[in-house]
Amino acid sequence: MIEKELIVYMEQETTAGEKNSLVIDARDNVGIALTDLKVGDMCLVSIGNKVVQVELRDDVAFGHKFALKTFAKDESVYKYGEEIGKTTSSVPIGSWIHTHNMYCDRGLKE
Amino acid sequence: MTDTFMGYRRENGKVGVRNLIAVIPSVFCSAKVAERIAYQVPGTVPFRHPVGCSQVGEDLEITAKTLIQIGKNPNFAGVVVVGLGCERFSPYELADGIAPTKKMLETVVIQEEGDSLQAIQQGTKLAREMQQKASFQQREEVPISELMIGLNCGGSDMTSGLFANPALGIASDKVVEQGGSSILSELTELLGTEHILARRAMSDSVANEICEVIQKMENRLLQQTKNSSNKNRNHLISKGNYDGGLSSVVEKSLGSMKKSGNAPFSGVIRYGEEPKVKGLHLLDSPGHDGEVTTGQVAAGAQIVVFPTGRGTPTGFPGIPVLKVTGNPKTYTKMKENIDINAGKILTGESTMEEMGEEIYQEILQVASGKTVKAEILGHDEQFCITRVP
Repeated sequence: MIEKELIVYMEQETTAGEKNSLVIDARDNVGIALTDLKVGDMCLVSIGNKVVQVELRDDVAFGHKFALKTFAKDESVYKYGEEIGKTTSSVPIGSWIHTHNMYCDRGLKE
Repeated sequence: MTDTFMGYRRENGKVGVRNLIAVIPSVFCSAKVAERIAYQVPGTVPFRHPVGCSQVGEDLEITAKTLIQIGKNPNFAGVVVVGLGCERFSPYELADGIAPTKKMLETVVIQEEGDSLQAIQQGTKLAREMQQKASFQQREEVPISELMIGLNCGGSDMTSGLFANPALGIASDKVVEQGGSSILSELTELLGTEHILARRAMSDSVANEICEVIQKMENRLLQQTKNSSNKNRNHLISKGNYDGGLSSVVEKSLGSMKKSGNAPFSGVIRYGEEPKVKGLHLLDSPGHDGEVTTGQVAAGAQIVVFPTGRGTPTGFPGIPVLKVTGNPKTYTKMKENIDINAGKILTGESTMEEMGEEIYQEILQVASGKTVKAEILGHDEQFCITRVP
């Protein structure tokens, strides 16, 4: 029996008519930049059935993540529908999320 | 009706996708003699390695089992074992392990031949003879159930987990659905996904084994980093991974896991062993590209499919390593190293499904004899047996 685990949604268009970001799973709370994005860029992403528009508060490089909601400190970050880490501080919507504001207990001890 | 490919049927019924002679040193001391023999005879491949001496217990056992299993891989029509003569894992034990395959097999021992020059001469004659016999063998049509593919990714970036790995997962599912085999590994890059992998296990015992091997790997990592004198060496993911947008090992793991598609897991393979049944398996190996593919080839994989976001040129002796990138820029930059551009999903030229089919069709062609770029350029860096700390 084959179970479908993850679904990729990537039909969102920007004003420029290009896909600039995507959300992998409806449970995710981060979007992913599909090109080098700048502060103030608008990202239109579909999360499941609903469409969310997010204005970026940081530059977000190709492949990097941005917040789809405002996170409290120690809140779980979801990508692929699974937890990939927690925030180290509160993170406003539209912010770049990476190792400067996200930690993961597994596989990394500092 | 399943898909087929054109392969070389061996004496023991297994099928090779290449028809080469392996020259395998039983110990590092005989590596140069093995290389010289292979240099003299086209159609042979040497397996240089740094092990086989001053090892004990499980560490030596894994080296021994892996060398035997490499010799048994059906891509090799024959094997010349090259020993020094005083090593703990004797060249005769290596040859005895390969012998049940009934393939062409000879042993050359430097200390018995006299010196390295005489050993090279003797080995060259034996390899030449085998090569000539092998050159006469024809490919025949066989079902894809005879195929085992290894899945490994290296130099990952965000496009690996997003495009290349899921597309490869579709191709892997096609192989497994038709009775073939596929191997997922890189346990250090599966931390945090064990509950998802265990859900896909065919039985509770396989589910438990999956959780157990991943737990053991995590404990080993904790042990290795506990008293580290340089904390900067404790990072499990590389600078390139971070730069590419991966922020944690779990994030990388989830993307890594997608290579295995959605098929159920038939079992867990111990390093240096082969699976008892067909289907998708998890190989117990750390994430080092070479250690992974060596373990997969030892398990019987005839082809390795290798997604790489940042781009890596490496290959494996005698085994085609098919490179796929999900990053269109990497494909443009490294066209001479990378076979398939799954970055076409990002640029909108291809859907995920179409890309999965493209990878699958390429696997069939490579199995039937089409060379991959790593083979043509002579890349063979990935032969690297894991060590037990």
